[in-house]
Amino acid sequence: MFPQPIQKAGRFTNISYRTALPISIVMWLLPLIAVMMTSIRSMEDINTGNYWGWPSEFHFIENYAQVFTSTAMGQYLINSLLITLPAVAGAVALSTLGGYALAKYRFKANVWIFAAFIAGNFVPFQILMIPVRDLTIAFGLYDTHWALIFFHIAFQSGFCTLFMRNFIVGIPDALIEAARVEGVSEWKIFWHVVLPLVRPALAALSVLVFTFIWNDFFWALVLVQSDEVRPVTAGLSSLQGQWLASWQLMSAGAIVAAIPPVVLFFTMQRHFIAGLTLGATKG
Amino acid sequence: MERSVKTIYPENSMPSQSRKKRRMSTKLTPWFFLAPAVIIFLVYVIYPIADSIWLSFYEWDGLGEKTWVGLGNYRELFDSDTFYTSLKNNFLWLVFFMLAPPIGLAIALFLNQQVRGIRVVKSLFFFPFVISQVVVGLVFAWFYDPSFGLFNIALGSLGMEPIAILANEEYVTYGIIAAGLWPQISYCMILYLTGLNNLDPEQLEAARLDGAKKWRMLWYIVLPQLRPATFIAIVVTVIGALRSFDLVATMTAGGPWGSSTVLAYQMYEESIFNYRMGYGAAVSVVLFLIMDVYIAYFLWRMLRSEK
Repeated sequence: MFPQPIQKAGRFTNISYRTALPISIVMWLLPLIAVMMTSIRSMEDINTGNYWGWPSEFHFIENYAQVFTSTAMGQYLINSLLITLPAVAGAVALSTLGGYALAKYRFKANVWIFAAFIAGNFVPFQILMIPVRDLTIAFGLYDTHWALIFFHIAFQSGFCTLFMRNFIVGIPDALIEAARVEGVSEWKIFWHVVLPLVRPALAALSVLVFTFIWNDFFWALVLVQSDEVRPVTAGLSSLQGQWLASWQLMSAGAIVAAIPPVVLFFTMQRHFIAGLTLGATKG
Repeated sequence: MERSVKTIYPENSMPSQSRKKRRMSTKLTPWFFLAPAVIIFLVYVIYPIADSIWLSFYEWDGLGEKTWVGLGNYRELFDSDTFYTSLKNNFLWLVFFMLAPPIGLAIALFLNQQVRGIRVVKSLFFFPFVISQVVVGLVFAWFYDPSFGLFNIALGSLGMEPIAILANEEYVTYGIIAAGLWPQISYCMILYLTGLNNLDPEQLEAARLDGAKKWRMLWYIVLPQLRPATFIAIVVTVIGALRSFDLVATMTAGGPWGSSTVLAYQMYEESIFNYRMGYGAAVSVVLFLIMDVYIAYFLWRMLRSEK
């Protein structure tokens, strides 16, 4: 282990390390803590400039309730879910199929397709913007949930295929060959042999891609515009203009928007980190 | 199919007959598995790239006729001040974003201990990466606010005048980059933490027995083993720097007076607000070409390691 386990160091180092930890957390999250504190203040506090003192009243319930009653925040959250869940399912499904093909079959175009998926994954969004917007309009999908769902499936399938391929490469060929010798069809091999083995990777990938898609802002600006379909990122940014002076509401809205990916991260932490690094260990 | 195979091959070679059939089908099978992903990827990623490049040679308002202008858009671009502002800011993003891997490594080294509650500490450090950049932008806009933001309170306590970072042409880009570094450092930290978990304990022990001191050990033993993590950290940081859009859009919308714009934002502004699709496409092509250098390098590394 590096650095040397702190337990081997002296008493003084140990105590100072353990006090440094919570302090460093507070420092690191200070901007966020400030926003959280603001989100429970009353309007008077904001108007009189009481940003950092003890709140004159706690308006936790009032502020958060107001976010939902006086704005479309609830709708935005639902939209985000309606967009993110099918997009994650689609991207993961397509890329598991594709990743399997790239990992376990030898054919000429293999490396080139693989390279295209990797490269596409790093392309700047802006070079896709105008054509994708035109395509979406031409398909009659502009300003619908499907506009974002289809695009996210397509774009994420680059990263996801790379990810699944690297995972499936690790499955022993012997398992697949054995099934083949038994005369099992290729599709059944995929379904009954490969799929059960990649389950951990599916979980890791889903969690990761969920946060990517949930947090997307650019495409939410470009492909949709009405409150009925707008996801929470674009919704929050449009509220920014309306609530210029009501910082307590703005910050409550920001916290609400951040909660779903954070909850997902904390409940699925192991998968999340496995996902991040699995994609990263190769290369 | 079967009949033709049977007529060609003598009856006593049944195994090879089925092998031949299998060879035919295995040639097509990968394509069945690949087709959905490849098709949607072609439609939404590959074709748009080509289309944007083609579009960058036209003048187009998004609705009417397209007029061929050849290199006109690029000529105009290279003559405009905004373009150089964007380019300079993109360069600043790239340079300062490179702080993320070393700082991430430092935090990872700090947190790589086994004490009670360390898991919670690690996940709290990872927090900024999970939340949306729009929220990060809001959080930092709040942090920089000249009248009550924490940043200026801190400056005030040091006896300095408050600075409205986001309204100041000189500091605004640095302010946004600092906000962008926050989640990026988290990302690099997690990459390094996992890297540190996978160190070879025998090598560490051997070096310790040889009496290697902390810094020498880090430099000669640990860092070489962390190379895969460093590589990925640098790649995602470069990509993150060049992709910077969300923060610029939420914190300043490129202002004040266009001083914090970047190529990604300039492109969006030209096409969506000014209806200059061709010109916008030209900006995106320039950004794409810059990114290509890194994409090519990454691909080269990746494919080399496959062989």
